[in-house]
Amino acid sequence: MTPPTWAAGDLAIETRALTKRFGQQTAVNAIDLAVPMGSVFGFLGPNGSGKTTSIRVMLGLAAATSGDVSLLGESMPGRLARVLPQVGALVEGPAFYPFLSGAANLRRLDTADRAAPGRTRRARVDRALDRVGLSNAAGKKVSAYSLGMKQRLGIANALLMPRRLLVLDEPTNGLDPQGTREVRALVRSLAGEGTTVFVSSHLLAEVEHMCTHAAIMSAGRLLVQGTLDELRAGESRVRVRTPDADAAIRVLAAAGLTAGLETPEVPARPGADPWVSAPLDADPQPAEALVAALVAAGVRVRGFQIDDASLEERFVALTGEGFDVVR
Amino acid sequence: MSSVEPVLPAAEATPADARPADARPTEARPGGAWALLVSELTVLFRRRRTWALLLALAAIPVLIAVAVRLSSQEPTPGRGPPFLDQVTQNGLFVAFTGLIVSIPLFLPLTVGVVAGDTIAGEASLGTLRYLLVAPAGRVWLLVVKYVGAAVFCLAATLTVVTAGVLSGLALFPVGPLTLLSGDTISLGESFLRALLIAGYVTVSLLGLSMIGLFFSTLTVVPVGAMAATIVLSVVAQVLDSLPQLEWLHPWLFSHYWLDFADLLRQPVDVTSFGANALLQGGYLLVFGALAYGRFMTKDILS
Repeated sequence: MTPPTWAAGDLAIETRALTKRFGQQTAVNAIDLAVPMGSVFGFLGPNGSGKTTSIRVMLGLAAATSGDVSLLGESMPGRLARVLPQVGALVEGPAFYPFLSGAANLRRLDTADRAAPGRTRRARVDRALDRVGLSNAAGKKVSAYSLGMKQRLGIANALLMPRRLLVLDEPTNGLDPQGTREVRALVRSLAGEGTTVFVSSHLLAEVEHMCTHAAIMSAGRLLVQGTLDELRAGESRVRVRTPDADAAIRVLAAAGLTAGLETPEVPARPGADPWVSAPLDADPQPAEALVAALVAAGVRVRGFQIDDASLEERFVALTGEGFDVVR
Repeated sequence: MSSVEPVLPAAEATPADARPADARPTEARPGGAWALLVSELTVLFRRRRTWALLLALAAIPVLIAVAVRLSSQEPTPGRGPPFLDQVTQNGLFVAFTGLIVSIPLFLPLTVGVVAGDTIAGEASLGTLRYLLVAPAGRVWLLVVKYVGAAVFCLAATLTVVTAGVLSGLALFPVGPLTLLSGDTISLGESFLRALLIAGYVTVSLLGLSMIGLFFSTLTVVPVGAMAATIVLSVVAQVLDSLPQLEWLHPWLFSHYWLDFADLLRQPVDVTSFGANALLQGGYLLVFGALAYGRFMTKDILS
């Protein structure tokens, strides 16, 4: 997949000081979001951090208390009728008429889009169902659907028309691991076709797996946004497991690394070898050179690994330990 | 099939504002809006609940006809609902009796259920947000929902009349109709009069439907909007029966509900029809404006 190149400043979603208050409570606090065209943008944050409220305001479902939103270069909600036909959305979980079949539900929602041609409605519905793997359940009433099937149907609804932007709020909620992988693959293939995908999630792993960009929300504020690489905590680390910790620290120091003994989060079992670790600087030595040096110095190397920079550390640093990062 | 493929204008990296406006299917198509109306009516009349309501309404004239037929005792004029005593002479009167019996409670009840459900029902299912991001357009959605409720009013009234005429035909002699003015009209014209009365009753319910639509924009609990609509229809009729509030009576939407007897005179007296239509039109405007004002600015959080 070659991501299309985009002119700087070409944004699919842009908010300026977007604020939404409910009474005394500020759900969204002056966020300036910039989602580049062609990106797969992860909108991360703990539950209740204002992600869904932001999405509702972006899509014109709720009015902003202050601030501006533009979608695909057009101001919202003023140009809503022009913009939204180009946007597919899954907002706060799927919602359907339980007494209609999956296909009938999609046809019903499709009629609400005035830009959707009735001539191709059936074909488009069938194709969308096929894309999310629901063809076999198309004629079943939605009341008989499992949560995961409803979630798939919700995604199918977002795909009824060719879209330039997809806004998917927690798209893998309720899906089994297989379904989660399928959604990721689907998002990637849509992105490969040039659709900008904006995915909200409280699952860090999900964002790391499919996004090119991300933003982190906490308590209504936008803490940080950028490409995934920009967001990762700066450094990768080398870790050595050895009973000769002191010797290992000396060897690593001789190689120019400031190594230290790790204090394990969970108390190690008695007699287990400790880990020694050191941040790798911008110009890291080849790992095999470090191992060779350790072994040459008589350090009994029982484990060796290079940890790449991780989003998780950055997230925890930004949002505090209370954030259910990878659950 | 190529038009169905998610095409990607995106790949050409054109700035959004430089892209030709008509490159994407974003413009409303002529006739595109009607699809939602058709869909609304289809969904409404495919729901089992709608059929249950209509069946309950149809049962009323049938019960009346069966009760009168099975009873050994001739209905006495002045006892029971109006027209009941005429049923044995002319089965067509089953339809009129059925309407008279249904108007105070059963018709407002079914209309309250449908009108109260319009927006609140979609909100409670969560489908309201998907209709609006489609985008259906808030005004158009209100219009479509109201038209759906109004069509249901017509269907409900026609159900009572049709069930009445059919059970009358089955159980009683049917012939030229003797009107309240003493004139007699042919059977064919009697059917027309029955339809005219169905139209009158439908118009009578339009104001209540708009009130229901307005209540429905206030809540995400459809039962609340339904109950409020139904309670209001009862309250209006209670107020209409209190002579102390006579000044208020012409303003109550239920005031002309039972005045369709004028349509059973020769020549047809349309005074009450006109007054009723004007009153209902007033309710349509006032509650339509309220529903619009409420729905246009409402945050959809369900």
